Amino acid sequence: MIKHDVVIVGSGLAGMRAALEVCEGLDVAILSKVYPTRSHSGAAQGGIAASLGNSESDSWEEHLYDTVKGGDFLCDQDAVEEYVKAAPRVIYELEHFGCVFSRTSDGKIAQRSFGGHSKPRACFSADRTGHAILHALHEQLLKRSKSIKIYSEWFMHSLILDGDSCNGIVVSDVRSGAVEVMQAKAVIFATGGYGRVFNITSNAFASTADGVMAAFNAGLPLEDAEFVQYHPSGLYRQGILFSEAARGEGGYLLNGKGERFMEKYAPSRMELAPRDIVARAEQSEIDAGLGVGGKDIIHLDLRHLGQARIMERLPQIRQLGIDFIGVDCVSDPLPIQPTAHYSMGGIPTDKFGQVIKDAEGTPVKGFFAAGECSCVSVHGANRLGTNSLLDAVVFGERAGRAALEYAKNISHAPINESHEKTKVLELFENVFQREGEESYNDIRNEMKVIMTENCGVFRDENRLQMCIDTIKKLKERYKRGRITDKGKLFNTEIYEVLELGNMLGMAEIIAVGAINRKESRGGHSRTDYPKRDDENFLKHSLIYNTDNGIEIKYKPVIITKHQPAERTY
Amino acid sequence: MITFKIKRYNPEKQAESYFEEFQLDGTDDLTLLDCLNQIKWTLDGSLTYRMSCRSAICGSCAVKANGHAILACQKQASHLVKDNDTITLEPLGNMKPIKDLAVDFKPFWDKVDKVSPYLQPDRKPSEKETKQSPEQFKLIDDASTCIMCGACYSDCNVLEVDDNFLGPAALAKAQRFVQDSRDGKTLARVKELSKSGGIWDCTHCGECVERCPKPAEPFDRIKEIMTVALEQGVTSNNGARHALSFTKSVKSSGSLNENIIPVESVGFFNFKGLFDLLPVGLRMFFKGKNPPILHKSIDDVEDVKRIYMELNE
Repeated sequence: MIKHDVVIVGSGLAGMRAALEVCEGLDVAILSKVYPTRSHSGAAQGGIAASLGNSESDSWEEHLYDTVKGGDFLCDQDAVEEYVKAAPRVIYELEHFGCVFSRTSDGKIAQRSFGGHSKPRACFSADRTGHAILHALHEQLLKRSKSIKIYSEWFMHSLILDGDSCNGIVVSDVRSGAVEVMQAKAVIFATGGYGRVFNITSNAFASTADGVMAAFNAGLPLEDAEFVQYHPSGLYRQGILFSEAARGEGGYLLNGKGERFMEKYAPSRMELAPRDIVARAEQSEIDAGLGVGGKDIIHLDLRHLGQARIMERLPQIRQLGIDFIGVDCVSDPLPIQPTAHYSMGGIPTDKFGQVIKDAEGTPVKGFFAAGECSCVSVHGANRLGTNSLLDAVVFGERAGRAALEYAKNISHAPINESHEKTKVLELFENVFQREGEESYNDIRNEMKVIMTENCGVFRDENRLQMCIDTIKKLKERYKRGRITDKGKLFNTEIYEVLELGNMLGMAEIIAVGAINRKESRGGHSRTDYPKRDDENFLKHSLIYNTDNGIEIKYKPVIITKHQPAERTY
Repeated sequence: MITFKIKRYNPEKQAESYFEEFQLDGTDDLTLLDCLNQIKWTLDGSLTYRMSCRSAICGSCAVKANGHAILACQKQASHLVKDNDTITLEPLGNMKPIKDLAVDFKPFWDKVDKVSPYLQPDRKPSEKETKQSPEQFKLIDDASTCIMCGACYSDCNVLEVDDNFLGPAALAKAQRFVQDSRDGKTLARVKELSKSGGIWDCTHCGECVERCPKPAEPFDRIKEIMTVALEQGVTSNNGARHALSFTKSVKSSGSLNENIIPVESVGFFNFKGLFDLLPVGLRMFFKGKNPPILHKSIDDVEDVKRIYMELNE
C-alpha cells in the first residue's frame, strides 16, 4: 500500500495549485494519467479573468455581476463574491511564480475583452494562457520536488469511502498495469471535465469523466450535470478550439450570406455575448440553412485585424488553421461550429473546496475537489470565458488549504486494502476476459454522435429520451466487447475501455439531468421549454446513483446581491 | 490508400522490435494521429502511443515519421507520404522505447530538472505584478511556447553520442529564465550552463530548430544564452574561449588560425589541456594534415573587418 498525507488526482491548474498549498505542511502526492504538462488546462488559450483594471477601470463588483448574469442567475453568489475578490491576488501570485504574461506598454499585465465581461478583464499570454500558467505551476512543482511526489501516467479507479469520510483511492500504474491502494488522510480531485462524451468537442482525449464517475459510483451526487458549455468556435468537424480571444481582438462571425448575424441575437455585445448565446445563434443560423455553403459551418473572420495584430495576439490560432485545414486566417475566414467545451456541473463542493453530499451541505470528510470536475457553483448555467482558469487557480488553492488544515492533525484511517484492490483487479480481469462481438469503437462513436445530435446546443423531451434509451442499450453492449491487448505493459487499450465505461455513465447522467430540467437556462436550451422558469427551476440539481437507478434532488441557489432579472445583451 | 509501416515493440512478448504494415483508405483530411487512432480502434487495439489534446499543445504525441520527429496531431498524413504511399513510423530517438511508439521520457525530464527550471527573483515581489516591458516579454516569448514534446531531444545529434548533454529542450527552458527580467540569478545560471554538458556542447547543427513544432526553436535560444554568458564575462571555459578565439581569428585574418584556436580554446595556462592536445597535433603532423605554421590573412581581410564594424554598431 502506498501512503501519503494528501493525494491529489489530476495535475492541471487546480491540481498543481492545490499541491503547492498542501506541500507547505504535509507530504503530498499528485497523480496524473498523463504527465502534468500534458494536462488539458494547457489547451486554454484566451485568458484568465481578474479585475486588475490595467487598461480600463474595473472592480470586483462588476466582475461579480457579469459572472452572475453570464451564469443566468444560477451561480451561488456568496462563492462568486469570494472568487472574484480573490482574482487579482492569485493573478499577481502566478506572475510572481514566473508565469509569462503579455504586457501593456507600461509593463503591466495586458488585458483584453472577452464574451460577457463588461470590461477588458482577461489577462493573457498571447493565445496560450493556459499553457503559460500550467508550465509556471509545473515549474513551482519541480522546485518543491522534495515534498511533492509526482505519479505520472497513473490511473485513478475508485474512491475509498468509509461512511462520511474518505480514506484513499485505488489506482494503477499505466506503464506496468500494477494496481495499488493509496492511503491518504485527504484526497483532492482535480480531474477535469468530460467533453469526450460528445462527438464535436474541444476536449483532449483524456477528458473522460473518470473523477466525477468515481465520486458518483461511491454514492456521491453530481450537481448541475445538464449544463454543458458549447463553445462557439470549434474547428469545423474536428471541434478543436479557436479561442474566443479571436473575437475579443475584434473578429467577426459571418453566416453563409456573409452577414454579421449576431446583430439579431445580441445587438449590444455582438460577437462578445456570452458563449451560450453565441453558440445558440450559430446553431440557429445553421438550422435555418444559413450556414456557409448550406453546411454546419460559420465563418470566423479575422482578416480585417491584419497580419501584425494576428501574429502578435493570436499566433497559435493562425498556426492551427494552417496545420489542420490549410486555412491562413490572415487571408481567409476560418470554418467553425459550436463544440462541446466545458462542464459547468460536477462534484458538489462548498466555497472552500470541501465536497458535500447533499442539499444541507453535509461534508464528506477528507474529500475535496476543485476545477472543472467540481461544482461550487460559480459558473451557474453558463461559464464566462476566462473564468475557468480563474476557478481552477482560486479553488485549487482553497481545496489545498482546506485539505492541509483537515489532514495536519489527524492520522491515517484504516483501509481494507485487499478488499479495495480486489474490486479493481476484478474489473480488469472482467474486461480482459470478455470475448463478446461488440466493438468498443462503435459503441464510443455511437455515444458521441447521439450526444452531440440530441443533447447538444438545442434539446427537447423526445430527443433526450431517445438519448437515454440509446445510452442504456450501449451500456449493455459495452459488457459484450472484446479487447486485443491482453498484456500488462503500457496497455492503453484497456484504459480506453475503462474510460468509455465512465463516459457512458456520464452521458446518461447529463441526459437525465437535461430531460428533468424543463426550462431553458444558460447552456441548457430546451426547444419545448424555451423560457427560463425561476419559479420551478431556480435551483441546483443533485443527481444520485441509488439502488433504484438515478435519482434527482435539489439544492437552493444562494442569492445575495443580484436578484434574477431578464438576461439580454 | 496509405501504408503505415510501424515499428512494433513489446518486450512482454518478444525482445526484438520489428516492422508491421497497416493500410488505411480515405485518409484525405486526417492527421497522422487520426490515422494512428483508426489503426488502433479498427485494426489492432494493441498499438501503443501517447496522445491527448490533438491540437498541438500538450506535447504527448511526438513520434518519428520517415526518420524525423514530428507531432502526430499537427501533420496531415497525406503530407508525410513518401515513396509507394508509405509513412514509416518509429518511436522518438535518444530515449528508450517502452512499447511500440511510447518511449521513456525520464532522462528528458531529469535534464529539465537540472537547469533550475523556475524563476528565482532576487528581491521580494511587490504587491502587484512585477513590471516587465513588452520588449522584455519578447525575449522570453519564444522559449515559453515549448510544449516539452521531446521532438528536439529525439533528433539531437549531440545526444546521440553524448548522454551528458542537457539537450535542446532543457536549454531552451533555461533561456526562458536567463533572459527573464524578473530573474535574479542570471550570472549563476550562465555559469552553470557553461559547464560540460551545457550550451557549449551544442554543435550548432540546427536540427532542433527544424524539428521544433512550436516557435521555441531551441538552437536560437542556446545562442541567446551563449551571448548572455559572454556578456556576463563567463569565459573561463573551453566553449567560450573557443567562440572568442574563433571570432578573433576571423576578425584579424579573415580565416581560422587552426594552430592558435585549439590552444586558446583550452587556455594558455591549462597545461593538462594543452598536453591532451599533443597526440592529436602529432598525428595530424605525421599525416601531413597540420595547417601551415605561419597563418596568413586572406586578401579581402579589410572587407571582413568592415563587416565586424557594422555588426558592432
